Amino acid sequence: MTQLALVIDLNVCVGCHACVTSCKEWNTSGWAGSMVDQRPYDADPTGTFFNRVQTFEVGEYPNTETVHFPKSCLHCEEPPCVPVCPTGASYKREDNGVVLVDYDKCIGCKYCSWACPYGVRELDEMQKVMKKCTLCIDRITDETKPESERKPACVLACPTSARLYGDVHDPDSEASVAIRERGGYQLMPEWGTQPANHYLPRRKTRIQIFEDELERADNPLDKEHPLPAATGDTLDDVSF
Amino acid sequence: MHPAFSVIFLTTLIGAAQGMFMALVTGQVYSMANLLAPQDSVSFYAMGSLISLILLGGGLVAAVFHLGKPSYFITRAWRGMSQWRTSWLSRELIALPAFMALVFLYGAIHYMGWTAPWFVIKDVIPVDASLLVGTLGVLMSLILFVSTAMIYASLRFLQEWHSPLTVANFIFFGLASGFTLAAAFSAWSGVDLVGFFGTWAVIFTMISAISRGFSLLRNKKIKHKSTMKTALGIRHTKITQRSMGFMGGSFNTREYFHGASDATLAAVRMFFLLAVFAVPVALLAASNAMESAYLPMLAFLVQYVGLLAERWYFFTEGKHPQNLYYQTVG
Repeated sequence: MTQLALVIDLNVCVGCHACVTSCKEWNTSGWAGSMVDQRPYDADPTGTFFNRVQTFEVGEYPNTETVHFPKSCLHCEEPPCVPVCPTGASYKREDNGVVLVDYDKCIGCKYCSWACPYGVRELDEMQKVMKKCTLCIDRITDETKPESERKPACVLACPTSARLYGDVHDPDSEASVAIRERGGYQLMPEWGTQPANHYLPRRKTRIQIFEDELERADNPLDKEHPLPAATGDTLDDVSF
Repeated sequence: MHPAFSVIFLTTLIGAAQGMFMALVTGQVYSMANLLAPQDSVSFYAMGSLISLILLGGGLVAAVFHLGKPSYFITRAWRGMSQWRTSWLSRELIALPAFMALVFLYGAIHYMGWTAPWFVIKDVIPVDASLLVGTLGVLMSLILFVSTAMIYASLRFLQEWHSPLTVANFIFFGLASGFTLAAAFSAWSGVDLVGFFGTWAVIFTMISAISRGFSLLRNKKIKHKSTMKTALGIRHTKITQRSMGFMGGSFNTREYFHGASDATLAAVRMFFLLAVFAVPVALLAASNAMESAYLPMLAFLVQYVGLLAERWYFFTEGKHPQNLYYQTVG
C-alpha cells in the first residue's frame, strides 16, 4: 500500500517561509480553497494556513543552535482525528494514505482538532469547516501535469531542498532512503499515531585533521637545507 | 482547552434532565413497591417529563451553536449519526434524540393515562407501558451519560480527561443535579417526595464530590507524556521557542488556550466546590428541617450555576500537547 508523505530535513531548512506562502497560494485557489485571511492589513491579522514554520533555540548561550521547524499535517498511519469524526467527513484515502476532510460533510464541531496531538487542523473562519494540509492532493494526482510537477507546492518551492516527498512504504523511494540513512524520526511517538511524515535531524559535519597531516613530517626541503626564512613583505602583505 | 459555552450548557442541561428523568422513574418504582405513596400521573410524571424535555431541548439548542454554522444542524448534522462504530460524539448524537423520544413517550403515556398493567410478574409487580418505557429511558440515559463523557475521556493525550473519573463525574453530577431538581419540582408541586429525592440528591452530591475530588488531585500532579523533546524530536533539555511563525494568532492560539489567570482558575474552583457541593447539601438539609418549598428550588439553582462553573473549569483543566508548539509569538 502506498503512503505518501513528506520528509523534512531540519539540517538544511533556513526558515524562509517559502513553503508557507506557496502552500497558501496553491491551496487557496484550488480544491481546498479558499483559505480565509481576516484583517490582513490590520493590527490583529489571522487566517487559515496548512503549513507553518516555527523557530526554536536549542541550548543555552553561547552554545545555542537555531532550529527552523516546518509544521503541517503528518498524515498519520493511525490518525486519531479520523475515527472521532461523527459525520465521516474526516477520512484517510485508501489508495495513497493522505488524510483529508470532505468540506461538504464537515459540521465544524472541531472535535477532530481536539483529537490531533499536533494541532495541525484549523477551522476556516469563513467556511466554518475544518481544514488541513491535503499534501496538495489536487496536484499530486493531476495526471495532466508532468511527473516532475506532481509534487506538493511546498516541496517545489523549497529553495534548499529541505522537503522530500515520496512513498514511505516503498523502501527504494527518495523519502524512505532518507529516513533510513539519515536518521529520520517521527514527532511525539508516545501516542502511537505513527506519523507518515518524518523529520531528519540536524547534523554536525566535522573533519578530523591531525598535525602531521597539515605539515609533512618527511619534507625533503627540511632534510637538505633549512627552509628559506621569511624576509620582508610577502605577496599577501601588499595592499593595493 | 478553551471552554465553549455551547458545550458547557449542553452537558449541564442534559445531565440535569437525565438525572431528573431517572429520579421520576425511581419514584415510580418505589411507589410500585409500596415504599412511597403513588403520585398523580398527569401532574407529577407527565409534568416532570415535560421539565426534563425542556432541559433537553435547551441542551439541543446549545449544541446547535457548537456547530460551525447553525444552518449545519438542518443541512449536515444528520450525518453525525453515521459514524457510531468509531465516534463517541456520533453515539451521543444518536443517544440524545433517542432519549428525548423515550422521555416524551414516558410523559405521554402518563398524560394519556395508559397505565393499566399489561401483565403482572409473580402477582406482585404490575408492568405497564410507562414502566417499560421508563426502564428503557433509564438505560438510554446511562448510554447518553457514558457517550457524552467518553467524548472527552477517550482523547488519550488530553491526559487530564483521559480517566474513568471523567465518566464517573459526568454521571454523578447529572444524577445529583437531576435529583435536586426532582426535589425542587416536588416541593413546587406540593408532592410529599421532597425528602426522598432530597436524600438521594445529597447522596449523589456526596459521591460526585468524592469522584471530582479524586480527579482534581489526579490532575494536580499529572505528568505529561509529551515534552518539547518529543514534540520536536530534538534531544536537548533546554529548548526555547523563538517564533511560532506568525504574529496575529490563529486557530491554534484560540482553541487550545483558556487564557485565564491562575487567580481566576482558583476562584472558579473555590466557587464550584461551594456551589455544587457544600451549599446545595446545606440548603437541602435546611429544607428538610424547615419544610420550605423554596429552599430545594434555590438548591437546584445554586447547584446548576455551580455546575456551569465546574464544566468551565473542566475544560480549562485539559492541557493539549499542541500547546507545546505555541509558547512564544516571536
